[in-house]
Amino acid sequence: MELNEFIEKFAEQFDETDPSLITPDTNFWELPEWSSVIALSLVSMCDEEYDVTIKSADVKNVKTVRDLFEVVKAKADK
Amino acid sequence: MAFIEINKIRIAGFSAGVPKKYLDFRNFDKFKDEADLQLFKETTGVNENRRDNSLCTSDLAVPAAEKLIADLNWDKKSIEAIIFVTQTPDYVLPATSCILQDRLGLSKECYATDISLGCSGWVYGLSSAASLVAAGHGGSLRRALLIAGDSKMLDPEVSPLFGTACTVTALEYDEAATPLQFHFGTDGSGYDAIISPDGGNRNGVSKESVDTVMVQGQKTTRLNIYMNGMDVFAFGISTAPKSVKKLGEHFGFNYLDHDYFVFHQANLKMNEQIAKKLKLPNDKVPYSIQDFANTTSASIPLTIATQLKDELTQKPARLLCCGFGVGLSWGTVSFQTDGIVISDLVEVDSLTEEEQNQWFKLPIDPA
Repeated sequence: MELNEFIEKFAEQFDETDPSLITPDTNFWELPEWSSVIALSLVSMCDEEYDVTIKSADVKNVKTVRDLFEVVKAKADK
Repeated sequence: MAFIEINKIRIAGFSAGVPKKYLDFRNFDKFKDEADLQLFKETTGVNENRRDNSLCTSDLAVPAAEKLIADLNWDKKSIEAIIFVTQTPDYVLPATSCILQDRLGLSKECYATDISLGCSGWVYGLSSAASLVAAGHGGSLRRALLIAGDSKMLDPEVSPLFGTACTVTALEYDEAATPLQFHFGTDGSGYDAIISPDGGNRNGVSKESVDTVMVQGQKTTRLNIYMNGMDVFAFGISTAPKSVKKLGEHFGFNYLDHDYFVFHQANLKMNEQIAKKLKLPNDKVPYSIQDFANTTSASIPLTIATQLKDELTQKPARLLCCGFGVGLSWGTVSFQTDGIVISDLVEVDSLTEEEQNQWFKLPIDPA
């Protein structure tokens, strides 16, 4: 799993957010478009692309895109 | 490896009862803004929803069962089992299936039991009812009714994602029937992903149970259904496709070789994701969520009864159905239908005050 690819896929879940605003250190909770619907799209994406099931606690415990990447990567490597 | 195969059982028919009354989405604070209602409709797929707080689940079940029994032209004496799947029984006790035996005028030579399951419940109920009839070996207990649904959610704030309906599936012993093939699974570690915290023995009912509290920005009570949407979503999209694939692998068929794929109607986004993962053609995946919302254990038979009536009554078909949800619990079944009866949808009127008052009242001693 590669960080840049994850960020690209993460950014694809947003409709109105400029992909350039999404960097490893972006706090995704602060993105104006962040919502529970986007969170569900992320769950779908991680399931589809990485065969990883992320839970609400996984998302709640992290702030940045890089943090989330680390969580998904750890699960994917198991 | 929770796989089973049940032979010599034929599914004879389906019916469904829903309240005539529609839910008014404008009664919810969260939909004061029209844009919020539109977003809800788009993401859940729920366009309409039937709810009527005068109707208990058995009030929806009785007219639906009467209609199906009449359409099948079955003698009531020939029905010797009721399996009732619900999480909204008429009373905490007795079991509503016992009340249904009487209300339907069935023989006292009747096996009756309730099963407390939600979205996976119809598949579990089907395996229970079919096993019973199979165990009668054609000598007795030749016909059974599987009644599945929920109604009258106690809290007015119950999410408009959930609708109410009760369905009836008629089964009978038939030497020539093709097998029913099942896969089941359970993960109780997710018991709190969908839960009504109060009203059972863990927390009981207290004055606090009915207090309005805010959870994730929504008004609710401890008697209401709490759902961790994200975890349920993750569970649904990962578990349902796996169960479908496992069933095919175990019984040696390609799951794609079915005419229709009927899933529990959880929410549109989740169901579309499941269908996409399984690469199912759109025209083989019917939906009822747009008309009736998420109707828990009724959703699979309600979808069959309302969306596949012409298709299934005109020619034989092979169906694959998968229910998944509260528990967490899931089940998948493959079966064939041939010459089945599907009753027209039964729309149930509100009960009058007199009808509501006919039921048991505690005989309190005079002061």
